[in-house]
Amino acid sequence: MKNYLQLNLSLLYWILIAPFTGQFFKIAPIFRQMVFIGVRAAPMVALTAFSVGVTLAMQAAHSLQSLGAEMYIPDLVMITLLREMGPVLIAVIVIGRSGSAVAAELGTMKVSEEIEALEVMAINPVQYLVVPRFIAMLVMLPALTIFGNYIGILGGWAVCRFALNFNTAGYVLRALESADTWDLYSGMIKSAVFAWIIITIACNAGLNVEGGAEGVGQATTGSVVQALLAMLVMNAVLTGIFFFSA
Amino acid sequence: MNANGETLIEVEHLVRRFGDRAVLDDISFNVHRGETLVIMGGSGCGKSTLLRHMIGSMKPTSGTVKLFGKEITAMKEREIERVRLRFGMLFQSGALLASLTVGENIALPLLQHTDKSGDEIEEIVKQKLQMVGLTGFEDLKPGEISGGMKKRVGLARALALDPELLFSDEPTSGLDPIMTAVVDQLTLNLTKGSHMTAVVVSHDMTSAFRIATRMIMLGHGSIVAQGTPDEIRNSPNPEVQQFIHGQPDGPIPLNVSQEEHKDHQHVRPRPFLGARFRFHHKHP
Repeated sequence: MKNYLQLNLSLLYWILIAPFTGQFFKIAPIFRQMVFIGVRAAPMVALTAFSVGVTLAMQAAHSLQSLGAEMYIPDLVMITLLREMGPVLIAVIVIGRSGSAVAAELGTMKVSEEIEALEVMAINPVQYLVVPRFIAMLVMLPALTIFGNYIGILGGWAVCRFALNFNTAGYVLRALESADTWDLYSGMIKSAVFAWIIITIACNAGLNVEGGAEGVGQATTGSVVQALLAMLVMNAVLTGIFFFSA
Repeated sequence: MNANGETLIEVEHLVRRFGDRAVLDDISFNVHRGETLVIMGGSGCGKSTLLRHMIGSMKPTSGTVKLFGKEITAMKEREIERVRLRFGMLFQSGALLASLTVGENIALPLLQHTDKSGDEIEEIVKQKLQMVGLTGFEDLKPGEISGGMKKRVGLARALALDPELLFSDEPTSGLDPIMTAVVDQLTLNLTKGSHMTAVVVSHDMTSAFRIATRMIMLGHGSIVAQGTPDEIRNSPNPEVQQFIHGQPDGPIPLNVSQEEHKDHQHVRPRPFLGARFRFHHKHP
């Protein structure tokens, strides 16, 4: 826990204070990480989001048809995706794919003395390794979430259009009418908070690996479990704050 | 002993304990500019721990280490970073960044700490690679070259900023005899020609006697002997004679006790379940 707080403080220093002392972070490594964390995860995110959109529409149809309220299917798909399923499911994918990879990569570097070598070369590991990953994650997870929301809505449309004989314009209008911008923004805020949680837990696990290959394995698994738990608890807290307190 | 020149490293009464065991017990010595100090001793005698204290990556239990006249044991991380720009370090495994190519590894300190242009950096990388006999290896990844080559690239990287002081952890282990001679010659050229100071941890005696201007032998966490290579070679101390001639019998104990070893590795002793089952029928 102490290490985790230290990592967060040091991260804040390198992002918020260091640029004003002339130590601006380099752009190229951030883009490399963005491609790895974000762009390469896009197909997986698309498949997941499409399946979720289809599932939501089918479940909604099942329940709402008995009430004669099929016209509300787009509302349900849209709001559920924007507020909950989008941010949470895409965070789950990114934890499994990118969070674990970051923990394993940094852990292997720690075990093979690479982190120590950086320190001895007067290169701060947080500045050199954590900052690019952090910024990339903070940009790409919300971006993936928006992308996933689109695809999920597309999945809902596919069910409505081909199984329930909605017309496309009707689906789009209904979906857009139901959601307001806060639904989208709340999802984006969640997504950014999840990004913070995922990448700091992964980096912290990697940088504190001890004990060779076995340690790397444990740190990787540990980081996935911790990130999942922290993300789900934080989701409940944020939903409480955004939609339940007022 | 070489008393000329400025003192670059002063180690005074350095003590480092892991648990109850003192891995380094009251070590004091100085290194002067232009010297090549070889620290030798058996495996697990605290050589690498001593080196880690000198580069500021471990804090002593008590005692001080001064580098370039400044005490690094009391420094904050940011101040240590400034001192670290003045020395290079070659790790035992090379410690190259696996995600970067050989060329990028050597360029890394230059990119991070200098304002040199891409062309200048490329030129320096070429020159450093040529120095260690690996011309044309810029674009390979560390995973594609042998252990000995990695070590030579590690040396090129340590020399990238033309440091005043070079620390080497086992620079010649894993190299063939010819390459060992090449690395030794390189160290000699740097110390004699460029007046670089070197601190080398080694148990390769041929190489040690070839490059050293002064030697320290560690044993049981303290200094067993120190002096010029000639003084060490003619030392009456039986431990020194056993070590430099590599004799299996002598005053140096063959086995480290399990307890001591565990403390040193900072691992809590773990009961070995197998033993209980295996010996159960003998000791019911």
